[in-house]
Amino acid sequence: MTRTLTIATRYVPLLILALAWEAAPTFGLVSTHTLPTLSSVLVALGKLTLSGDLLVHGASSLYRTAAGLGLAIVAGTTAGLFMAWSGLVQAIVQPVIRLFYPMPKSALIPVLALWLGFGDGSKIALIFLGCLLPITIGAYNGARGSEQTLVWSARSLGASRLRMLWDVMVPSALPELLAGIRIALAYSFILLVSSELVAAQKGLGYMIGMLGEGGVYDAMFAMVLTIGALGFFADRAFQHGARRILQWQE
Amino acid sequence: MAGVEQTAACRPPARRALPELRLAARLRACLPFLMIALLLAAWEIVAHSPLVTPFMLPPIEAVADRLVADAAGGDVVRNLSATLARTAIGFSLAAAVGIALGILMVHNRIVFWFFDPVISAGFPVPKVALLPIFILWFGLYDVSKIMLIAANAVFPVVTATVLGLRGVDRHLIWSARSLGAGERRIAWEIVLPAALPQILTGLQIALPISLIVAIVSEIVMSGDGLGGAMMEGARSLDSPAVFAGIVEIAAAGYCLVKLVELARRRLLVWHSETTTNFG
Repeated sequence: MTRTLTIATRYVPLLILALAWEAAPTFGLVSTHTLPTLSSVLVALGKLTLSGDLLVHGASSLYRTAAGLGLAIVAGTTAGLFMAWSGLVQAIVQPVIRLFYPMPKSALIPVLALWLGFGDGSKIALIFLGCLLPITIGAYNGARGSEQTLVWSARSLGASRLRMLWDVMVPSALPELLAGIRIALAYSFILLVSSELVAAQKGLGYMIGMLGEGGVYDAMFAMVLTIGALGFFADRAFQHGARRILQWQE
Repeated sequence: MAGVEQTAACRPPARRALPELRLAARLRACLPFLMIALLLAAWEIVAHSPLVTPFMLPPIEAVADRLVADAAGGDVVRNLSATLARTAIGFSLAAAVGIALGILMVHNRIVFWFFDPVISAGFPVPKVALLPIFILWFGLYDVSKIMLIAANAVFPVVTATVLGLRGVDRHLIWSARSLGAGERRIAWEIVLPAALPQILTGLQIALPISLIVAIVSEIVMSGDGLGGAMMEGARSLDSPAVFAGIVEIAAAGYCLVKLVELARRRLLVWHSETTTNFG
């Protein structure tokens, strides 16, 4: 009870901001053309929900994020673990990572649209590529940091190399791997919105761009609010899950 | 001095340099270049194969020609400086506001109470989605791009500044105070240096974000800059221009990251982290 109360009081400033948003255009401090009132935005959000637009475009955006991020988690974790497991793999993969890591992946939007078109494929590929490296580096740094004594004990107890990978390196890589995935989660939403703004026919980012160009600002703000909320709740849900997974550590 | 002794102690015992080992080490040193050469070769082979059209993947020489032509015509310098200027202004704005706000949050309870939930709720929000709103508010040109960059980059800076200042060892401050240091001197000589690694980490996260957002805003809004030039190429189906754009953007990103690493090492010479390095 007290916990919910503290959480509630913690978010009072957000409520104040919401009230200020409602008040500023209502009392004519700013024009409703530059900032529609929060209530009109919420009404627009309701309309978009009822008409099914929100569901269709939201589902397509979420599918792209989930597919791209999911593929990146599988491939990045595998690559990172194998890099830590074998010096040869590390020597081969590391230079490629160093070359591509500093490149802003948003630069790939036009090429991927050229190759894969305006549909799901180009967005999934972009999110996959953008999320791959932070996850690989997280998995690699985590696995590389596994305590040498644990590795030695496992070896002396007769664990095979593959067994060691699974039983020693994977668990000790988890905290850094999860931190990497959290960064990737943030990237995935940024890349999703950017690519949908530039080259798409569906999705929340596409709707934001289209509504903005059409001058339907209350609906546009509603879509921005939706994407913001999705990013926020995805991050909170992930953090909650990560804490669960890491419970076995003190 | 302690650092030197430590690194010496951590070094594994010297191995007898067998000739084959030395050869392996030498091969290993060449591996990065070999991998890059392999990647380039793969690009060239695929580009000339019937698998793809030159439109989908232009051969390296076509892209190189374009790069040279762009560089000779001054386009590269013009677009690069436009993009870097926006990145730098947006980033500096975010750094100034972020550090100032972080300091205020640590020193004033009410400021902290108000901004803490705003920052923690705003951090995971993909602020790129604000782009159409910023166009509406700040117009189609530089101001909206710079504001979008700052809006994205400010969050890691504030968070890192608060964490850094909070994490300063109380004993250091107490000792300085008992030795008669004034508050101003404590702030400059104790708190700031102690919080600097964290703050720099925040800036180090914010800078690539600034470049990413600069590129995205240029791609979406067109105009000059590396992203705008690349988008123009894509619109006119000029794929060598698109690939040349990718190479230029990648080079800009690479230089920026290296620059920050260098600055960090310079500023933190005294700190123990300077001796350890990522892979």
